Amino acid sequence: MIKDREILTGEHFMNGDFACAEGAIAAGCRFFAGYPITPASEIAERISERFPEVDGIYIQMEDELGSMAAILGASWAGVKSMTCTSGPGFSLMQENIGLGAMTETPCVVVNMQRGGPSTGLPTVLGQQDMMQARWGSHGDYEIIALSPSSPQELFDFTIKAFNLSEMYRVPALVMGDEVVGHMSEKVVIPPKEEIEVYPRRKYTGPAEEYLPYKPDEDLVPQMVAAGEGYRIHVTGLTHDEKGYPVVDAEAQKKLVPRLVNKIRKNAEKIIEIEETNTEDAEVIVLSYGISARTSFRAIELAEKEGIKVGMVKLITVWPFPEKRVYQLASKVAGFVVPEINCGQIVYEVERCVKGKTKVTLVSHPGGHIHDPRDIFQAIRNILK
Amino acid sequence: MNEKHPMDYLLREDRIPHIWCPGCGLGSSVSCFIMALEDSGLDLNKVVVVSGIGCTGRVAGYINLDSFHTTHGRAIPFATGLALANPELKVVVYSGDGDLIAIGGNHLIHAARRNINMTVICVNNFLYGMTGGQVGPTTPLYAKATTSPYGNFERPFNLVYLAAASGAVYVARWTALHLRRLTKSMTEALQKKGFSFIEIISPCPTSYARRNRLGDGLDQMKFYHDNSIIRHGADPKEADIGFQTKIVVGKFIDVERPDYHTFLTEGLAKVVGERK
Ligand code: SF4
Repeated sequence: MIKDREILTGEHFMNGDFACAEGAIAAGCRFFAGYPITPASEIAERISERFPEVDGIYIQMEDELGSMAAILGASWAGVKSMTCTSGPGFSLMQENIGLGAMTETPCVVVNMQRGGPSTGLPTVLGQQDMMQARWGSHGDYEIIALSPSSPQELFDFTIKAFNLSEMYRVPALVMGDEVVGHMSEKVVIPPKEEIEVYPRRKYTGPAEEYLPYKPDEDLVPQMVAAGEGYRIHVTGLTHDEKGYPVVDAEAQKKLVPRLVNKIRKNAEKIIEIEETNTEDAEVIVLSYGISARTSFRAIELAEKEGIKVGMVKLITVWPFPEKRVYQLASKVAGFVVPEINCGQIVYEVERCVKGKTKVTLVSHPGGHIHDPRDIFQAIRNILK
Repeated sequence: MNEKHPMDYLLREDRIPHIWCPGCGLGSSVSCFIMALEDSGLDLNKVVVVSGIGCTGRVAGYINLDSFHTTHGRAIPFATGLALANPELKVVVYSGDGDLIAIGGNHLIHAARRNINMTVICVNNFLYGMTGGQVGPTTPLYAKATTSPYGNFERPFNLVYLAAASGAVYVARWTALHLRRLTKSMTEALQKKGFSFIEIISPCPTSYARRNRLGDGLDQMKFYHDNSIIRHGADPKEADIGFQTKIVVGKFIDVERPDYHTFLTEGLAKVVGERK
């Protein structure tokens, strides 16, 4: 490792993709496998340049199927690992995201969203993979996904994603978008000692007593790495606490609800949102990613008219802040949900308010950010 | 019969009996592998087995080493992650022809091209056994499968030629009958740094033999015995396998080329190293 090149402490003018790469390095990521795709390639480019300085391994795989499989393999070798992609590649990664969820493999997947479906809008933005993040792989599982709105947040949330992924042993997703990835802003990288990095939950006891899938109290099991002498077996089949495949209803009942509950039961510890002026708000804008930033302009316009508008900006999108949205629902005339898709997170808001208040979607099919006046109009309409 | 076989400690006894059919060649391939592990002199705590999906995909579950049973076709990229993240590991991918050559074919050629330090053992039973005997990219011309009921009209891959052309530094083919020679090749592959590839032609009485009226496992074994020609150093291009034709076996390739991790780290040390 080159001295002083691990964490580039200081103030930078940096684009979001680079900030994401720096966040990964600061979090201790030392293995990256990826496949070129716009608008995420700059992350890979930055990593390929920076990793030799910190003794990390960068490999450009033959496709996204291989990239996702490779980061799972690297994680089982005991190394923190990451990949990055955009819509089409995210679709290809889904199967092995499922393997990651099933085998409880910590790793981070960054999706710099662009407009879809299919090849869609390769070089311009969308927020259309938010539900795919939650439901993209087959079968029942829960996932953790974060949504950054700025290069600074790309740095911070990438570190957070690594920490949550290690803490709950689940692939963690950073759901960025083309605009936050490509914009350049001030990014402050703190000194090493101020960056909180959560280590792997390691088992260090005797091999004879080790049950690789026996959970701790918080439902998360302890991990070892290949090559440490524990002779583990890890499978994508339904398995028992030993890790051995058991293909029956009873084993399924023991395993799958735990995989789901380790996130659901710890949801309050995982969930983070940023609230602004929600205490006495008449209307609340709930948004995430780049759309949250456009919303602040709309809120200014509304406030000029004397409307009290609060803001709920999602930091974690999954798990969703179900309880808090329900609490707020009884206090306000309505929620406005701007997002760059034809309606995804709005369904989650509707589910959580349980009919207690109005919910208005401000949709945008992609290719551009919202016109803040559309959001402003929706805020006004709630009070009509 | 309570006596323990000296090699039993390398099997997960609590997982035996295995799921394979009587007469299947997979069991003998695993016996050879276990002997090769012993003979290799490797630290077995550093040997990792990775499988994909299918009959052969279950090997990872029976061998008492660190073992990973991954998704269909993705054993090689998973193994690539393991091998590059910890170069002290010796990673063995043990999987079937459908898994490695059809759905995973792209990964095979790229791992060989890069010369990733891993041994790939491909058990070739000429079709998809676990799902009931469907045609695949290794099914010989005219052979029958459940989805080629009138015979196969797709030209199959010649696996040793494919591996060699892609850049493997060690390529061998044996049948599940060549126990001693297969063990020796496996030992050599385990000891070799870089991408090594071993194809094992394996009887599948349940699907392939039955569909093609080739008798039971023993009959298939006898056929392979009578029809394999050992030709070390033969041109892999000349080693096509037809329906019930002669099978050229042996060690085709054994060359030296630095494995990817070594090549990469040494190369980077020259360019970036001086800044350290
Ligand atoms: S189906 Fe064929 S390959 Fe599979 S276990 Fe049975 S005999 Fe072996």
